[in-house]
Amino acid sequence: MAKRSLFKEFTKGIIKENPVLCLVLGTCPTLAVTTSASNAIGMGVAATAVLVCSNAVISLLRKVIPDKVRIPAYITIIAGFVSVVQMLVKAFAPAINDSLGIYLPLIVVNCIILGRAEMFAGKNPVLPSILDGLGMGVGFTAALLCMGIIRELLGSGSLFGLQIMPVRILIFILPPGGFFVFGMLIMLANKLNERSGKKVKTSPCDGCPMSENCADKACEKTGKEAG
Amino acid sequence: MLIKSLVAVFLAAILTENYVLSKFLGICPFLGVSKKLNTAVGMSVAVTFVMVLATAVTFPIYMYLLVPMGLDYLQTVLFILIIAGLVQLVEIVLRKYIPALYNSLGIYLPLITTNCAVLGVTMLVLQKVDSTTAYTYTYGHALVNAFGAGIGFLVAMVMFAGVRGRLENADIPKSLKGLPITLVAAALVSLSFLGFAGFVDKLIPLG
Repeated sequence: MAKRSLFKEFTKGIIKENPVLCLVLGTCPTLAVTTSASNAIGMGVAATAVLVCSNAVISLLRKVIPDKVRIPAYITIIAGFVSVVQMLVKAFAPAINDSLGIYLPLIVVNCIILGRAEMFAGKNPVLPSILDGLGMGVGFTAALLCMGIIRELLGSGSLFGLQIMPVRILIFILPPGGFFVFGMLIMLANKLNERSGKKVKTSPCDGCPMSENCADKACEKTGKEAG
Repeated sequence: MLIKSLVAVFLAAILTENYVLSKFLGICPFLGVSKKLNTAVGMSVAVTFVMVLATAVTFPIYMYLLVPMGLDYLQTVLFILIIAGLVQLVEIVLRKYIPALYNSLGIYLPLITTNCAVLGVTMLVLQKVDSTTAYTYTYGHALVNAFGAGIGFLVAMVMFAGVRGRLENADIPKSLKGLPITLVAAALVSLSFLGFAGFVDKLIPLG
């Protein structure tokens, strides 16, 4: 029984609660680094490594960290692991470091990682937290890879750098193509969710860890001021 | 030459290298808070403010403290902590001394800590210092770049708020409703900004 629920913690992130397509988190790297399939894998693996490590440490420290300063504490822990991953990538995969550029250190502010810390690792024991991080990471990588393959194939006619199509529609590797492909993928996810009778996401804020002190409140407050 | 390059940096940050539409930084607030014009403007002004302030603090710390001591690997950890601390400080100061400004901007401040556009601006400008561009980035360039990035954010948010206002009344297929159509609209807005490619170089030739 326990084994099955642990397995569930792992698999839920891949399809049912896919961080990118269902929870709509971490949109910035999803759009920015998916110009090619290999970039997408690099980003996915780096983020997964950070996610697993930070989930493990945060879950270990969940009884030590005072509730009031938990967000700054989480950010510090995540930033530490991001620096480690950054150095490892720089040393062993300099090509990936060059192509990911600024988006590698920006894993710090990826809301998937803070989101999992806040929603899961801060409340659960170590083993489920690690599996949760791993599952979410795999889900993130899969979604990125999906977008990377579509954009690379259409935009430069190649796959993992291998030329396979004679025609290329350049717009797909430019920024507008990123928005468009992402929109289409979410539409597909919505359609599938609709068929299985699940609630469809309407706002990008629904799954965001900061949403509590964010948009809704801001809208409410300005609404009140206006009214 | 200096004024010219400052203007070039400012225009480039708004038009050709728009942080939201061409660098994909700060997408969450771009999609989340752009429903109403007044919240879009409030958020953008707060972001601009924090961007300039964060650059003003992080740039000298990196250049004169981390680099000479060989500690530049601490960049990520230090920058995010500085930004988080700065945002808290600004919130406290505003609440105490300028309550009117706090009431209009304060609600947006807590979210800006995890806004990747702010961290992105402070980090990207340092890469420009190292790289061989037509001119070297000075402290002034960095500040102008941060201000331009904030204004670019504002322009993108305001334009997009207008586009979304139109979408409210449009008849959209059921599965495209909500986020998907918003992203397609963002694609079109971003496409329009591609038209500025090469604009700044033509307008203000440098080097």
